[in-house]
Amino acid sequence: MMKKLVMSVSLAALMLAAAPLATPTFAQDIKQGGAMIVTFKDDISTLDPAIGYDWKNWSMIKSVFDGLLDYKPGTTEIIPDLAESYDVSKDGLTYTFKLRHGVKFHNGREMKAADVKYSLERTCNPDTQSPGAGYYGAIKGFDDFQKSKKDLAGITTPDDYTVKIELAHPDATMLHLMALNFSFVVPKEEVEKLGPDFGKHPVGTGAFKVSEWTSGQKIVFERNKDYYNKGLPHLDQITFEIGQEPVVALLRLQKGEIDIAGDGIPPAKYVEVTQDPANKDLVTIVDQLQTGYVSMNVTMPPFDKVEVRQAVNMAINKDRIVKLINNRAVPANQPLPPAMPGYDKSYKGYAYDPDGAKALLAKAGLSDGFTTELYVQNVDPNPRIAQAIQQDLAKIGIKAELKSLDQGNVIAAGGKKDGAPMIWSGGMAWIADFPDPSNFYTAILGCGGAVDGGWNWAWYCNKDLDARADQANAMTDPAQADARATAWGKIFTDLMKDAPWAPVFNEKAITIHSKRVAGPNGVFADPIHIPVNYDEVYATDAQ
Amino acid sequence: MAVLKALFQRKLALLGLIVITVVVLAAIFAPWIAPFPPEVQLDDGLDDLGAPLGPTAKYLLGTDTLGRDLLSRLIYGAQATLIVSLLANGIAVLFGTFVGVAAGYLRGWTGAVLMRMTDLMTAFPAVLLAILLATMFHQGIWIVALIISLVNWVQVARVVYTQTTSLAEQEFITAEKSLGAGFGRILLRHILPHLVPTIIVYGTLGIATTSLTEATLSFLGVGVQPPTPSWGNMSNENAAYFQTAPWLVFFPGGCIALLALSFNLVGDALRDILDPTLRGRH
Amino acid sequence: MGYILRRLIQSLLILIGVSIITFAILFALPNDPARQVAGRTASPSQVEDVRHQLGLDLPLPAQYARYIAKLAHGDLGRSYIQRTQVSELIGARLPASLLLMLGAIVCELLIGLTIGTVAALRRNTGFDQGAMVGALFFVSMPQFLVGYALLYVFGAWLGWLPLSGYGSFRHLILPALTLGLLGGGWYARMMRSSTIEVLRQDYVRTARAKGLSRARIVLVHVVPNGLLPIIAMIGLDIGYFMSGIVVVESVFGWPGIGQLTWQAINQIDIPIIMGVTLVAACAIVLGNLLADLVAPLIDPRIKLK
Repeated sequence: MMKKLVMSVSLAALMLAAAPLATPTFAQDIKQGGAMIVTFKDDISTLDPAIGYDWKNWSMIKSVFDGLLDYKPGTTEIIPDLAESYDVSKDGLTYTFKLRHGVKFHNGREMKAADVKYSLERTCNPDTQSPGAGYYGAIKGFDDFQKSKKDLAGITTPDDYTVKIELAHPDATMLHLMALNFSFVVPKEEVEKLGPDFGKHPVGTGAFKVSEWTSGQKIVFERNKDYYNKGLPHLDQITFEIGQEPVVALLRLQKGEIDIAGDGIPPAKYVEVTQDPANKDLVTIVDQLQTGYVSMNVTMPPFDKVEVRQAVNMAINKDRIVKLINNRAVPANQPLPPAMPGYDKSYKGYAYDPDGAKALLAKAGLSDGFTTELYVQNVDPNPRIAQAIQQDLAKIGIKAELKSLDQGNVIAAGGKKDGAPMIWSGGMAWIADFPDPSNFYTAILGCGGAVDGGWNWAWYCNKDLDARADQANAMTDPAQADARATAWGKIFTDLMKDAPWAPVFNEKAITIHSKRVAGPNGVFADPIHIPVNYDEVYATDAQ
Repeated sequence: MAVLKALFQRKLALLGLIVITVVVLAAIFAPWIAPFPPEVQLDDGLDDLGAPLGPTAKYLLGTDTLGRDLLSRLIYGAQATLIVSLLANGIAVLFGTFVGVAAGYLRGWTGAVLMRMTDLMTAFPAVLLAILLATMFHQGIWIVALIISLVNWVQVARVVYTQTTSLAEQEFITAEKSLGAGFGRILLRHILPHLVPTIIVYGTLGIATTSLTEATLSFLGVGVQPPTPSWGNMSNENAAYFQTAPWLVFFPGGCIALLALSFNLVGDALRDILDPTLRGRH
Repeated sequence: MGYILRRLIQSLLILIGVSIITFAILFALPNDPARQVAGRTASPSQVEDVRHQLGLDLPLPAQYARYIAKLAHGDLGRSYIQRTQVSELIGARLPASLLLMLGAIVCELLIGLTIGTVAALRRNTGFDQGAMVGALFFVSMPQFLVGYALLYVFGAWLGWLPLSGYGSFRHLILPALTLGLLGGGWYARMMRSSTIEVLRQDYVRTARAKGLSRARIVLVHVVPNGLLPIIAMIGLDIGYFMSGIVVVESVFGWPGIGQLTWQAINQIDIPIIMGVTLVAACAIVLGNLLADLVAPLIDPRIKLK
């Protein structure tokens, strides 16, 4: 009897003790509050949504401002943001957005349709010098507006909460463009009051306000208590500390002094950090919309011969290079990254084949090889990768002299017709502005980009492919989305026949954070918000 | 000569000379001494995770982040480091002496303009100027040496100027002039010989400075370009590994320090022997 | 005083010379600022608009004249990348660099004075020899090496001092030490030789004969007199510091103008590069002027010309 009682009591006690261990954390456990520290090495240039265009301020701007549309956190799926709902006409030429009521700017005023029109016009106005103006070229009246700067006819506001956008021709990327930073809504009175300094004192409708900005030292975000999306953001405050070397930032993270190393895990610490079992849950590795490639200038001999370009493709030992960067990437065989719609899993590309490469060179009449230059950005690990490529090329007889320069200088060389025969794109590699395959074509492989100062460093211009690209962009019907993706995929794999690029790898985005901060699935692996989606992060020690 | 003898008697200077000789010999005989070619990325140079190896039996000082043997790169690195430092200092001393003598002897407007030029050069933050120039030009050992000499010639010019002015005022010069001696003769027979000690001292001490400047420029990414090894760019390439693989930073950096120290010791001793009045800030 | 006036005018001319040369070098760089500002998706006509707005389509001398005209009003232009006033950026970061240089001067003097004086007092002993070689060693170390070594030992390994950043005295120690170690080595050697000179002087022998304690003699007579040549040199330090801070601030994440310079050069942000070069040149010229003014106070043989 006694024994049975003891047994059942002990069993009960055991079960009670085990219960907390067995309970998973539910979303209801996320508490509002807490703060977080993020570090970066370089100054944040500006938080003006029309101008800010580097990977650091991109996500910060997304937290201070909102656009008509947004992406579901952790995905590339478009959802309504400032617009409650939207409608696209059958011919794809008219987009109508219905705005939410009661959304307030940080200065207290309510956001209305006029603000949306003002913001888009501001971006398209040449005086603003917005790098994103070119994206909105499909809007009716765009060219006239660029000259008159008076009124962008294609955007109308039938009432305070409706915005109608008419296009001159269909553009399948228009929804993405309304979720893009350049379309984010700004208050006219603040912009006019602050002028060019608006970027340092931004006022938007977003989840965070900028409460402090000490140039060169730190920026402090504070929670916008009147944010329309109740429940977000979770944190009360985010402090961005500037001027921190990545290695030092990581050491501080390990000591618990900071929460997110904004510049990621530097190559020097990668192996140590990722091999440490204590860090298992703190490191997220996710595919990025990025491709690292070697561009070959098709206007500079001998790269005007397709055999030479194909030979380069076959000469590069991509596996070795990936090992060099501690397996932080996967080898690539086409321009589109795997996470992009349109990526062709079945495409084989050019296999590693140094002998075959040499044979191709001989066929082009260059059996003795030749000398050329390989430009690269001088930030680690890019010079190393370039040296690995250099060694691979040397094996097939191509002597490539390395030109390791500042990013600005490499970009400048690439933009000149006879500037750079070969460029390793690392560090400047194209990361998609929005998750659509057209973003990987127009500026960097299309004829339009093969101009002075353009980003088509291969100076490749194929009118047929350009025509097919335009056709694909005209497929605006959502029912055609798959067909469109396939069409795009084919454009790129066909482009590889000409091989103006040698795609090398697709780099993964790797974030490390402290134990203190956490986020729902995908917050640290968000393909749109790098390094994290600031709105969705929460502190585990909030009271 | 008596100078060499005096030099050998000073223990520290002797040590410096030995170090310099070792480095020079290493640079000359590198292809024979180095166990591996310095630019070859060896297949087993990195571990499975792509990390550099520490000192092993095969790679005595370990490997770097591209899987290249550190010891071999260190030995070959002596070549670039020495060539650049010697070249840069040679040009700096030559140019500085030329300007200093011209300004000191000719005086008047020429002298004033030349000395203002030196003032202008000193006003430039040296590293800034060097970085800007390096960004402009096609990289190469000669260009790097030229740029370094550009920021280093001023000191020599100043010292030579002061010495030339005091020399030029001396009585025997005036006497010679009144006898009708030409400019060239006075220069060659009376002024330059007196400048030789200065030139030797700065010729030696200057190498320490130029090797440090080369290291700093390479550290900032604008010196000798990879894959050619120089001790400076090796420190740069591996700087981030100072905590995970410190030997990658401290071996090349240490070599730079040792070389600079040796030249400083020798130059110091030479100055004591030849002309102690040159003491002061270098 | 006529001398100061003349030197100030000369300094102004030198600064103008610096600005012209820097402007010319920046103009010769291969990049296109209009493209940079307009962004990667801008059409050629948009780029031309930006070029016109920034005044980059004017001939070079006209551009320079515009720059100087704005400079006279204290306007250093706007950063191409950050769109902020350059004067604001420099102003925000200058105090940090000044603090660092001050800290470095303190380190230099502490190291130089103590080691140099003691070495002179114990002339030709093991300490003397060792100290002098040690000083030479400090002088021979590349600054980035010193920085990383200190960071590794005190920051990572021992954990006594913070790894980087700004804000407290503890943050200042390692960077100031790194910047000042080089000068400290030189000053140690100089202090030693000038102290030996002073010790030979008659008035010191007199003081000793009078029975004054050694310590008193050292503190009251020897150190101040030995110090004078060094004081004259401190102005020249500014020149070395202007180069040194680029490396030191980068290694330690110190938010000063050295870091700003390095960033600006990497991004080819011309307005910032011009601004920082001019500020640095100003500081150097002033430092040299200071050194030259102090020199004759120490050595009457040096005349102000």
